[in-house]
Amino acid sequence: MEVNTEVKRIITLSLGKLYSSRSQRGGMKLHRSLLLSLVMRTARDIYHSARLASESGEWQPATAQSVQEQPATEEQMDTSGAQVETSAPQLTSPLDSQLSEVEKPGHPSYARSTEDEENRSPASPGCQSRKRRGKASAEPDFLPSKKARMETGGESPAIRCVGLRSSNVNSCRVGDTLTSVPVSLAIAAF
Amino acid sequence: MAGVGGGGNDVQWCFSQVKGAIDDDVAEADIISTVEFSHSGELLATGDKGGRVVIFQQAPENKSQPQCRSEYNVYSTFQSHEPEFDYLKSLEIEEKINKIRWLPQKNAAQFLLSTNDKTIKLWKISERDKRPEGYNLKEEDGRYRDPSTVTTLRVPVFRPMDLMVEASPRRVFANAHTYHINSISVNSDYETYLSTDDLRINLWHLEITDRSFNIVDIKPANMEELTEVITAAEFHPNQCNTFVYSSSKGTIRLCDMRASALCDKHSKLFEEPEDPSNRSFFSEIISSISDVKFSHSGRYLMTRDYLSVKIWDLNMENRPVETYQVHEYLRSKLCSLYENDCIFDKFECCWNGNDNVVMTGSYNNFFRMFDRAQRRDVTLEASRESSRPRSVLKPRKVCAGGKRKKDEISVDSLDFNKKILHTAWHPQDNIIAVATTNNLYIFQDKPN
Repeated sequence: MEVNTEVKRIITLSLGKLYSSRSQRGGMKLHRSLLLSLVMRTARDIYHSARLASESGEWQPATAQSVQEQPATEEQMDTSGAQVETSAPQLTSPLDSQLSEVEKPGHPSYARSTEDEENRSPASPGCQSRKRRGKASAEPDFLPSKKARMETGGESPAIRCVGLRSSNVNSCRVGDTLTSVPVSLAIAAF
Repeated sequence: MAGVGGGGNDVQWCFSQVKGAIDDDVAEADIISTVEFSHSGELLATGDKGGRVVIFQQAPENKSQPQCRSEYNVYSTFQSHEPEFDYLKSLEIEEKINKIRWLPQKNAAQFLLSTNDKTIKLWKISERDKRPEGYNLKEEDGRYRDPSTVTTLRVPVFRPMDLMVEASPRRVFANAHTYHINSISVNSDYETYLSTDDLRINLWHLEITDRSFNIVDIKPANMEELTEVITAAEFHPNQCNTFVYSSSKGTIRLCDMRASALCDKHSKLFEEPEDPSNRSFFSEIISSISDVKFSHSGRYLMTRDYLSVKIWDLNMENRPVETYQVHEYLRSKLCSLYENDCIFDKFECCWNGNDNVVMTGSYNNFFRMFDRAQRRDVTLEASRESSRPRSVLKPRKVCAGGKRKKDEISVDSLDFNKKILHTAWHPQDNIIAVATTNNLYIFQDKPN
């Protein structure tokens, strides 16, 4: 499908940009990473909608539940500067812990939240297993084959969210906060 | 000041000067990253990627040629920021100067704030044009005299010397930003200023470096829920309690510091509903605001997003009062611009002294001016080719499609590596400073 070819291209392009921004001088820029993740999210929604539509043979709006993957780039912003982890180039979270934002101990600003609170992983009730579920969340076929990743005992391939000075895997994927883009909207990008 | 360009009573822009190296091989450290006139317009500061600040000073008016405005010459050059390394996060902190803001002049010395991604510095630029001579215990070259040879005493006197301009860092405001600083803005009280990163805005007192007040914090408890970042912020030009900040979603929030210590709740929200027919993959990117500037009067707000400049009336939140398309012909090229990263370029914008004209940059070393009063716009080019002294700039035109007329440039021949991101307008006169990649062009209106 032509739409999906283009969508795949955009997603691959975006992932490439996200990866290369890791090695940029000055560290990853939050704004840029956010914009890239928004593009990928839109593209992914379109991709799945189109796939669902073609598979079911009739038009269906993309549903948030069918998609478990999240370009959880933001997740990485919250990790401490522990290990740099390169996981498989999946759609979800290719960012490493360079985006950790540890509030330095001598922080002069009267920050609202305490240091610890910021780096504690969110105890959200929807905290779920990091393994992906559902058919639609199976890895898209157009992504490059998985690279070697640092695996430690039976963890899912997605990026960890490491708490401050803690080696526990504290990842939490909150229930979908995505807004899917209805297929009916014209994608006038190209 | 009259209009933007053309004939009759309109302003005609002439080349005045160009600063910077001529060769095409641009050193990355020389890439200009910010341009700012001082409050009087006498000084013009630039910051570059290498952390250097160069200040130009307008030469005193030439009495024999009063109609010809004087030139800007180098006044001071200093290294403001050096590259640093954050060992905790294993990150290099770039020395690139993101913003310079002048303080209003209070005495003989000039002060400016310059910032990189993490640290703001207050610099004092002072002149020394005399030095003491005639010490009793020292020779003129500084060597100490043998006290036994001193037979008379004299009082040292100040004698004139060649002008020396010294820049010294008076304050260093560090360690207050986790994310990258994108703006600084001096308050009209001339005592405080704000600094902004992607998620927070801090309020500083110019005298106090070891603490700042956090006045805006949009960081979500769960970073996965992050949907927007702060892209710019500015204090109101005369209301010291008011400031605005823009977001990556294309909204502007006006906050009143009297309302509460933490200004997370805005007093006004300026937002225009999105045009659904323009929706694309890249809608979010192009709606992200890259710059926000109050008019000198304080009545209007100007925002720049990727394709347009919008003027907002502070009294009307639901839509801008004016929208100017900077380079609408790029809307159909967004995918290519995404590929070559140009879509992430952050263009700045500026007002002229009487708020009648606004200016912003584009690609191919083009820059655009929009005359609000006369409802006219013009595209001009900063290039070496049109850099003969006092040559009048010819308006340029981009051919969006169809048959290309003579002297028009087609969209496909635009050079996207030649971008004008930073421009500044003299606070009173028709003098503009336009930064190409590594050159600073100064244009003035044609003298009568």
